[in-house]
Parts: sequence; C-alpha cells; structure tokens
Amino acid sequence: MASVSVPGERGRWLTRRPASTTGFWSWITTVDHKRIGILYGVTAFAFFLIGGSEALFIRLQLARPDQNLISAETYNEFFTMHGVTMIFLVVMPLSSAFFNYLIPLQIGARDVAFPRLNAYSYWVFLFGGLFIYSSFALGGAPNGGWFGYAPLSTAEAGNNMLFYATGLIIVGVASTVSAINLAVTIINMRAPGMTMFRMPVFIWMGLVVQFLLAFSLPIITVGLFEMLFDRRFGTHFFDPAAGGDPVLWQHLFWLFGHPEVYILILPAMGIVSEVLPVFARKPLFGYQFVVFSGIAIGFIGFGVWAHHMFAVGLGPVANTAFGISTMIIAVPTGVKIFNWLGTLWKGDIRFTPPMLFSIGFIAQFIVGGLSGVTHAVVPADYQQTDTYYIVAHFHYVLVGGAIFGLFAGIYYWWPKIFGRMLPDRWGKVNFWILAIGFNLTFAPMHVLGLQGMPRRIHSYPESLGLTFWNTAATLGAFIIALGVLQFLIMAISSFMRPKDAPADPWDARTLEWTTGSPPPPHNFDEIPEVHALDDFWHRKYAETKTGRVVPVPAGGADQAVPGGVHATRGEREMEHEPHGIHMPGPSYWPFVSALGFPLIGYGVVFSPWPIVAGAAIVLIGLYGWALEPSAE
Amino acid sequence: MRKSTRWVLGAIALALLAAACSPDASQSSLEPAGPYADTVDDLFTPVFWVAVGVFVLVEGALLWFVIRYRHRRTRTDVPPQIHGNTRLEIGWTILPAVILAGVAVPTVATIFDLAREPSGGNVMQIDVLGHQWWWEFDYPDLQINTANELHIPVNTPVYLSLCAAGSGYEAQPAPNECQADLPVPAGLGLSVIHSFWVPELAGKQDVVPGRTNTVWIEADRPGTYEGQCAEFCGLSHAYMRFHVVAHEADEFDAWVRGQQAEAASASGPAAQGQEVFAANCIQCHSVNGLTDDAGEPVIGAIQGPNLTHLMSRECFAGCIFETNTDNLTRWVSDAPSLKPGSLMPSGLNELGLTPRQVDAVVAYLETLE
Amino acid sequence: MAALDQHIFESEHEATSTGLPNTKLAMWIFLASDCLLFGALISTYVLYRGASIKGPYPSDVFDIPYTSVSSFVLLASSLTMVLALAAIQRGDQGQMRVWLLATALLGATFVGGQVYEFTTFADEGLTLTTNLFSTTFYVLTGFHGTHVAIGILMLLSLLVMSFTGKITQQNSLSVELVGLYWHFVDIVWIVIFTIVYLIPTGPGPT
Repeated sequence: MASVSVPGERGRWLTRRPASTTGFWSWITTVDHKRIGILYGVTAFAFFLIGGSEALFIRLQLARPDQNLISAETYNEFFTMHGVTMIFLVVMPLSSAFFNYLIPLQIGARDVAFPRLNAYSYWVFLFGGLFIYSSFALGGAPNGGWFGYAPLSTAEAGNNMLFYATGLIIVGVASTVSAINLAVTIINMRAPGMTMFRMPVFIWMGLVVQFLLAFSLPIITVGLFEMLFDRRFGTHFFDPAAGGDPVLWQHLFWLFGHPEVYILILPAMGIVSEVLPVFARKPLFGYQFVVFSGIAIGFIGFGVWAHHMFAVGLGPVANTAFGISTMIIAVPTGVKIFNWLGTLWKGDIRFTPPMLFSIGFIAQFIVGGLSGVTHAVVPADYQQTDTYYIVAHFHYVLVGGAIFGLFAGIYYWWPKIFGRMLPDRWGKVNFWILAIGFNLTFAPMHVLGLQGMPRRIHSYPESLGLTFWNTAATLGAFIIALGVLQFLIMAISSFMRPKDAPADPWDARTLEWTTGSPPPPHNFDEIPEVHALDDFWHRKYAETKTGRVVPVPAGGADQAVPGGVHATRGEREMEHEPHGIHMPGPSYWPFVSALGFPLIGYGVVFSPWPIVAGAAIVLIGLYGWALEPSAE
Repeated sequence: MRKSTRWVLGAIALALLAAACSPDASQSSLEPAGPYADTVDDLFTPVFWVAVGVFVLVEGALLWFVIRYRHRRTRTDVPPQIHGNTRLEIGWTILPAVILAGVAVPTVATIFDLAREPSGGNVMQIDVLGHQWWWEFDYPDLQINTANELHIPVNTPVYLSLCAAGSGYEAQPAPNECQADLPVPAGLGLSVIHSFWVPELAGKQDVVPGRTNTVWIEADRPGTYEGQCAEFCGLSHAYMRFHVVAHEADEFDAWVRGQQAEAASASGPAAQGQEVFAANCIQCHSVNGLTDDAGEPVIGAIQGPNLTHLMSRECFAGCIFETNTDNLTRWVSDAPSLKPGSLMPSGLNELGLTPRQVDAVVAYLETLE
Repeated sequence: MAALDQHIFESEHEATSTGLPNTKLAMWIFLASDCLLFGALISTYVLYRGASIKGPYPSDVFDIPYTSVSSFVLLASSLTMVLALAAIQRGDQGQMRVWLLATALLGATFVGGQVYEFTTFADEGLTLTTNLFSTTFYVLTGFHGTHVAIGILMLLSLLVMSFTGKITQQNSLSVELVGLYWHFVDIVWIVIFTIVYLIPTGPGPT
C-alpha cells in the first residue's frame, strides 16, 4: 500500500487512518476494490454452502412421500431462507465480487470511484446477511416465502417476517450504495481511449445491472417498509378489512422482482461473453448486438412484472398485455444465444473448465428460456404457475444459467485473482459432476410440475404418483453437493501450491490480463491507453492483408505482455517507491458505521432503544469518515 | 466419451417423455378431463412441440459447433477474427419475433375465451371459501354447505366464486362476498391468499382476501378429480387438498337430496357421543338438525366444516385422510399432531376428553351420513 | 448523510471520463433512484385514494391554507439555497453562511409545521393506524419529512465545515451537491402537495 497514516499528528488517534496492509485488520479496514471483491466472493460462497444445505434438507424431505424428516415449520423456514439466501446473499454478492474485482481492472482504473463507500457496501451487506440469519437463534427464521406475500406475511404471529423485511432493507441499502458507486466508476473512471463501445461486454452488463439495482431496489424498499409498518405498527397497507389490497404487495414486489431476475442473470451473461471469445479465439460475434440486447432486456425487464401474477385475477386485458411483453423480452434474450453460437462458429475451441461451464451455461439457459416462453402463454401458465414446472424453469435460469456462468468466471479469473491455476483435469471433472447433478435435479421437476405438484409443500401423498421423479431429483441434489465439495477441496488445495500463474495464462483479450497475477494494489504501473475493443488482443496479434491473424513479432509481444516476474518486480518497486501513485488509505469507518445497521434492525424487531444506538453508530461512523484525513 | 454422454442424455430425454405420459399421476395437468383444461392443453401442446423444435435446432447447432470447431492438436494458426454479420443478426432477431407472434395470437384468443362467464340455462353457481387449511363449498341455490369435496354434475359449466375466509388484522373476521353476514366471532384461521386448482379440470385461480375471483370448471365424464391449494398459505399448505366429484345428472340429484336432509338424532352408544359433541364440538362445527335433550335445536358455529354429512365424504381434514373409524379417532384425539397448526384442538389434551368419550364422538360422527 | 458523502467523495476524485465530478454523477443517480422510492409511495397513496372504509377522511382534517403556507416556506428555502451557492461561488463565505442557515431554518420551519399538523390530526382522531387514508398519508409525508430532516442535517454540517475552512470558492462542489438534494426534496413536495392536498377526494369512501 502506498499510503500510511500521517505521521506527526499526535493526539488525533481518532482520525488517524489505519496503516496495516497485511493481517486480519488489513481486511477489516481495506478499501482496495480487489480485496473487497474477494471478501464479497468468500462471503457469498459461505452463504452458498448454507443455502445449499437448506436445499438438501428440502430435497431429503421430498425424496419420498409423506415424510416427516423436518417439521412443516422448519421446512417453511428452509425454503424461504433458501430463496432469500441464494438470491440476496449468493448470486447478487457473487456477481458483486466479480464487478468489484474486475470493473476497475477491465476499464483501466486504479480503483472504484468511491473506495471507502465500496467497503461500506460490503460491510452493510455482510451485517444484513448475518442479521437475517441470526433469526434462527432468535425465535424463528422468515417463513413466508422469499416473495413474502401479504397478508400471510403481515398477519402471522412471530418475528419471522420482521427479520425478513428489516434484513432485506439493510441488504438493499448495501446494494443501492454499491450500484451507484459502480455505475459512477464505469461511466467516469475509464482509461484514456476506453470509449463506451470499447468496453468489454461484462462491463456493459455490469452497467445495466447497476441501473437495474438503483431503480428497482427503492420499489421493494417501499414495499418492505409498508410490510414492516403493517406488521409492527398496525397500519393497513395490505389489510382488506380496512380497504387495503394484498395485491399491492405483489405489484411492488414483482416490480422489483422481475428486474431482479435480470440483475441475477446479466452478470453471468457478461462473464460468458468474455470467456467464449477467449477460448474460441475469436471476438464476440456481434458485440453491439449483444450490448444493445442487454440494454433492451434492462428496459423491458421493468414491463413484465405481472407475468408472476397471471392467476391473481387481474383480468384478461392485463394478462394479455403482460403475456405479450414477456414474449417480447424473449427476443433480445434469444439474440444473445445466437450471438454466442456465432462466436463458437469457425472458432478454435479449447475445452478448458471455464469454457465448459460457459457452454453448459448456454445449453442450460436455452432450456430455461424455452420453458419461460411457455409461461408467457398465459392460459398454460394458469396450470404451470406455483408448480415445480416453475421451480424447474427458474433453476435452469439461475443455477444452470447464473451459477454456471459464475463458476465459469471463478475458473477463468482464479489465476488472475489468486495467482494460481486451478487444475485443468479436476476442473473438467467438476463441470461434469455439477452438470449431471444439476440436470438430474431439475429436469424431472418439469415433469413433476405438469403432473400437478405445487410448490412449497412440505409433503405429498403417495397416491399422487410423484415419488419416482422426486427421488431422482433428490439424488441429483446430492450429486450437486458432491460437485460443490470437490470444488471446495480443489480451491483450497490450490493455495498449497506456489503462485505459478503468468499474467496472461489464457491468451486473453481484455486489460486485466496485462497486469500481474495477482495485480499489484495500484492495478497498473502505467494507466493503459486503449485504442480498440479487445485492445490487449490487438497488442498481441495483427491481421495480414489476406485476413490471416499473426502474432505481433516476438520483441513487441514481450513488451506488451508483462509476465508474472515482470509484474512482481513492478509490485516490489511500488512498495519502496510509489512513483507518486496515491492509493486511498484503509479506513475503520465503513466497518464501524455499518455496525449500526443490524442494531437498528434488532430495534425494529424487538424494542426501539437499539434503534437510537444503531443510528448513533451509523452517524458517528459517517462523521468519523468525513473527518478522516485523506491519505496523502 | 462424448458420444456415450449423448446416448445417456438421449435416454434420459426419452425416459422423461415416457414419464410425462405415464398414467399413475392422479393430479396431472397433462390429462385434461373438461373443456377448460382441454383448451389449455390444446394450446400448450403445440407450443411445447414448437419449443422442442427450437430446442433441438439450437442445442444441435451448439453441439455441432462444439464438435466441428474443437481445437485440434495440429492446429497452430489463429482462426479468422469474424466480428459479426449485421444481416444475419437482424435475421435472428426477426425470426424468434415471428415465431412468438405466431404463439401470441392463439394465446390472446384463449385468454379472453377462458375469461368469459359461462352462459346458458344450466350454469351452476357455487361459492368456494378457502380456509386455513381446508376448502368450504357453498351451494347458495341448493342450500347445501359441505367441505373438502366439491360435487358437480357432468357436462355442466360450474361457475365458482372464490373467497378467502378467516380473520383479518386484529383478529376480526375479514369480510368477503361469499359470506354475506359473518356471524362468526374471532378464533378463525387467518384470511390469506389461497389458489384453487384442479389440474384435470382447470388452471389455477387465486383466492385473494378482499377480492372475489371467479373461475369456471366443467367435467366431461364422471369421476373423482384431485385438487390442491397452490398458493403458499402457511404451515399446513401441503395439507389443503380437496376432491371434485363429478356425477351423472340423476346421481347428482340424489346426492343433492341426501345433502339437504337433516341429521337424525343418534341412539345407542352414539347418543352419548352426540352429547359430548353438543357440549364441545359445536364451538366450531355445526350439524343441521342437531337437538339437545329437550329437543331444542343446537346451532353450531361455522368456523370448522359443517359435519351434517361427514360420512358421505371420502376424505376429511383438507382431504389428507380417508374417512374411516381409525382416522377419525386419531383426529378427534389429537388433531394438531396430525396436521401442523391445525385449529382443531386436541380432544384428549385440550378439550380434556377421555378416550372413551372420543370413541363415543366418533360413533356419533359415523351416524352422520 | 449526503453532506458527509460529498466530502468523503471529494478527496478521492480525479479527472473523469465525462468531465462530470464523480460526486455529482453519484448524486444524480441517487436522486433518480430516490424518485422511484417516492414514486412507489405516491402510487400507494393514489391507488388507495378514497378506499378508506371509515373516517376521518382528507376533507375532514386538511387545512389547505395552513399547509399552503408551510409549502411556501419550503419553496422559499430553495431560493435561499440558490443564494448560498451563488455566494460561495463568488467566494463570499459570510453570505454563504447566512443563506445556509436561512435554508436550514426554513426547512426546520417546514418540518416543525408538519409535526404540528400531525399532532393536530391526531387530536382529531386521525392516527397512523386509524384507516387506510391515515396509513398512506402519514407514511408518505413522513418519508418526505425525514428527507427534509436529513437535508437540514447536511446543511448544518456544511455550516460547521465552513468554519473549519473546508469550504472554499474552488471547492464549492459540496454546497452544490447539498443544493441538488435540497431542490429535489422541494420538487417532490410540490408533487405530494398537489396530489395529496390539492386534488380533492370525496368526503367518504368512493
């Protein structure tokens, strides 16, 4: 780290900035986007294991008819927390991990626009997640479904859904802050020459996602506040006896909830759009089409929410309108798939683990997309909605799609982030275990749903004839668990080997591969100047007049591709002689201020006094932050 | 290995198809038995096959590219850097749009078709009330009130009004249009959202507090069709099942006459059970024609199912139990242990009945045919 | 909070791709996001307009002249905010402090007026939980009042910072940012005032 506390300011310990760049406290106080990205990733993966375990209990319970392995109450808590966890505490933060780590690197910046605010987002997110999970020890976890339909969520006794509403508001604050920060970073912090249409597709998808977050989260926040007020103070937002309408909650929830689906899937689409060109050794087919279809998805995504509500009784006109808008959004989605196929066409495809996960993503996402179109056929959806057919559909999108895409990202950027390669052979094995487990779990659910198995039932009678495919799905779920376990072992054991990854192990196309693996704290010794889309590729390869692609002559290439050794030397130089690069110093205050949020949360659930204390901590944290000397 | 994987996947796909058509699923949307479900199925089936076609083509292209353009060890050159092809891309934007437009037309027509209120002289009107966690069926024109089993005549459109029963905020009964005046004190389940679903007859329609939704069903042939609440409604959501029993016209008339009759006064061992019933069970249940020792009518409450013709129903307690002596005895003894969150109190633990009293009550219940 | 933020941001911003300062861009995105927050709250109010099944109804409690005056006070504070920014941009610290204080005081008058209005309504039997109208009314105007209160906190923070010499002519961005926030909150109030107070609803349920 280039910056340390300001010496000679005795007596101002309160406002002095922390100095450590290694060890436990350096992680608490870090404002380095790369470290925050890693924190997001590790936290999300921990929640992934927890949410996955809940899923295993669900699958065990449903493996056979009429089972009572876990009680109905526990089952309801588990399926609710499985959804809440996987959406808000796994896929969103895992995407955040990649955005945090890669946005500055891919646009050629030294950090995000507001590094301390970035740390703040992470800590608020972490404490929000822990707050929700503390409900298990404090009288019962949320049990009304991740969708929390009123009036079940507002009228039922117990604090379960109070934890849900409060916790999601806290996590929402974190996401909103982070969205603004990252959007500003992308718009404002690009390296010279990095015009909008030279940005990697991953960055484009990142930009769309940040705007989706910034514009959809306030809507659910209002809904959650209304739920909270109904539940805690006895207001009447969703109270039919007073003239209120429970369907209002559904509108507010899905107005957020559907853009949320694209918030979850677009990052994975971005990752796949990065991985495919590298391993097909061809540029992305129709870059502009992919970018514009992503933007189109972002816009149309706000106009399809009521397709979650076809059975509510909104009337044929509304159902028609939302059915058609849902079909329309399938078009830009289809465009992306064709463009990915176009990228593979005439390529030189290398089946590395990230490539396998990306191809798996496409193959499985097609299934999820097609079943999605059958939901847009409104009368068919009258049969399908709230059945396992829907469960199958969105798991094909969010596991077969988003999680596989994120795994592709993990394999692809692991060498960059940790300086170590993941073993190629075991990575491939990992892909096949996960793909087989995934398809065995979720393909049968299509059948189960059409055969009349509703969602969210903790038990089903043998007479319904649903046993066989339920057992198969449970078997598949444990194969997935095996795959995740294998990944975990592989990932941890990679740290037992020395750092061996070169700066550019995949012969890649984007800027993050021009710097060391892992990159130095300041990312780039020199801020790169960008001349083209896939700039790094053009530094390495040139096209002859006949269209043949040839490597740039050896000397030039060496210069353009700093190897690991080179970058490490650069890093060592930085330690001693910062070249005048001023990186923002670490800070306690984001952590301190974030600590106030769960306290406010407990106040909302139990008694008002902690709210005052929590708010005071938040404010003190923010003022300490403001008064902190800038690190120069 | 790749080839064998494909064979395995193919086999799985075939097995899936076979299973989808397997007849052992008794609540399947794939076996429509009435015009509503037929209409939906007639729409879904072609869309499904179009989707299968697209699936085969696109996955086929993916598989073909992956195999055809895989890296070969001998290859050293870099493939041509193709950045795109605008004409091609416009083409594959328009193509799915055209296919979807083709799907949209029958979809819209069917939406409006299904939303129409059935007309004609023989339409039957029934009110459906969703409770936590059982279904109440009220036939306003026939003066019949029953639970868990909806009886209808075949080939007759039945127009259902769907209401959520139970108490709203502050433990007050939540008003609904199916129960004009609610004479009910507190102590009901919560008034929450349910969804009425009999896959073989019709798609889902939500039951929303504060709204009165409608849906029509019709059965082509006599038989018992299974249904279930499809919107998460709390602890025993899984145990909120019901049957729709379709009868030929004359059979249905007989059923109506049977249901309209009042219960006879019990005699023998059941008479003691009737006393226990009148002392305890009428807090929530009613039996039409029940009288006390003086012959005065005993008016029961309506929080719980009307039990006048309990034994005529094949199932009880949200259709999770077959109606027989064993099950009734277990249920009256300790309902909450059998159905999580059940509002029916435990006979032994909460009402303080002795096992003998429970047997007597069950003996009485078995007279309610 | 935003006053703090802008200070936080400022020290960390460098030359940007768009030429727009990071903090300003962030504030614009935040305000756009906040629009959706108020959009959802106002939608709730509008959807439930006239849906209360028991009184008191809006026409029973509203005192339009009173609220018009307090709305005017809030609008006037936008003017003083503009004057504060103009003052610091020409380097006049003293004037800026005067106008900042005036803005904060006008804002406080508005919030005080709102508190008084709420207590009057409560005396007339309209509390948070009375009916659907009270529920939607208090939560919507309460959210807005909270925004104003946060704005006052930011204005006072600016005032304190100006005495430590942290606000200069060259470094007036922080005042501009608080101004953006303040004008936004004012505009939102015009919308709320129009929809809630000025567009009449019937005396009872419709």
